[in-house]
Amino acid sequence: MHIIISNTSQVPIYEQIVNQMKNLIMNGELEASQPLPSIRNLAKELHISVITTKRAYDELEKEGFIVTMPGKGSFVAAQNTELLREKRMKFVEDKLCEAIQAGKSIHLSLEELTEMLNLLYEEDN
Amino acid sequence: MEPILEVKHLHKNFKDFFLRDINFTLEKGFIMGFIGPNGSGKSTTIKLIMNLLRKDGGQIKLFGKDHITHEQEVKNRIGFVYEGNHFYDELTVTDMKRVIAPHYMNWDDPVFYKYVERFNLPHDKKIKDLSKGMRMKFSLAIALSHHAQLLIMDEPTSGLDPVIRYELLEIFSEFIQDENRSIFFSTHITTDLEKIADYITFIHDGKILFSQSKDDILDHYGLVKGKNELIDDDVKKMFVGIKQNRFGFEGLVINRTNAVKTFGDSVVIEKPTLEDIMVFYTRGNES
Repeated sequence: MHIIISNTSQVPIYEQIVNQMKNLIMNGELEASQPLPSIRNLAKELHISVITTKRAYDELEKEGFIVTMPGKGSFVAAQNTELLREKRMKFVEDKLCEAIQAGKSIHLSLEELTEMLNLLYEEDN
Repeated sequence: MEPILEVKHLHKNFKDFFLRDINFTLEKGFIMGFIGPNGSGKSTTIKLIMNLLRKDGGQIKLFGKDHITHEQEVKNRIGFVYEGNHFYDELTVTDMKRVIAPHYMNWDDPVFYKYVERFNLPHDKKIKDLSKGMRMKFSLAIALSHHAQLLIMDEPTSGLDPVIRYELLEIFSEFIQDENRSIFFSTHITTDLEKIADYITFIHDGKILFSQSKDDILDHYGLVKGKNELIDDDVKKMFVGIKQNRFGFEGLVINRTNAVKTFGDSVVIEKPTLEDIMVFYTRGNES
């Protein structure tokens, strides 16, 4: 399991952990019911505060990615991969909507937007 | 849950300085950093907690018990490290340990020697021949060898090189792996705290300016940089402190989101460091 914390990023550290753990779970690197390090252990390894790791785990639990059992620790939740993909799709849709709104505000046509998307998609490859 | 350390309405009067209404609480399982400029009252507060100075008012509870009526009991459960620890210079590491150990009910020799080995402390060297870093490690070995549940330290990292500081921070995180233990330590090296502290208590001029979780502080405060034209008397009120020079201003705001709303793209807004926060609070408005 790899987690890389950037101290200079504007993204709060707890959010960095949440995002990276989500990715690890979604791409299968962390499997269902696999035990996770305790919040104290993770804090120690990453040289960050306990509150930060606790917040990250709380967030992951709220979103259903992990479960915490008192006295036993935290585990990767049994995932419904369909549902996960659905969630991810929704996320992409939201982002696209934002882009469309931003485009409309400067009167970009659908063609222009599509062209931009094509170009960026190619560039990213 | 009972806090491990609770300070309420603490007062102390000196001729030229006083602590006013000091309040803060530390729960089990966490690290609290105690920051403030020199002479702001950090060491005085720590001495009052340890009952090395007589308080003039207020209440201090350790493990839920009054720090004076239960002094002996609570001190057995505290590992105390302070600046310029007063050891006998002429004694060796082992001899000094022999002097100190009987004062603690739960002294654990094997634990002590485990730390001596880990820190590479020379058994037979005299205290006066130890380097500053070694002396600090010796103090820490002593503080960690009687099964303390609370470490109270006054400037443990000051004057130490980054390598040794890093090592100490590792030991601190290890210490709180047991969630019944806590650490309270003063420092002016705020980068150490940016890494491991859970809570920050900031004292200035004998008053507590804030005591809250480090993440809250760093997520909410903002460092705003922009052109001088944006600053007038009303705008100035938004800032905790502001510095201006010929080329622009730099100021600290408590609420970053509000600053974004007010200034939009006309300024650069960054996440401050604890050092920024300390400097701006201490200096206030200066042009």
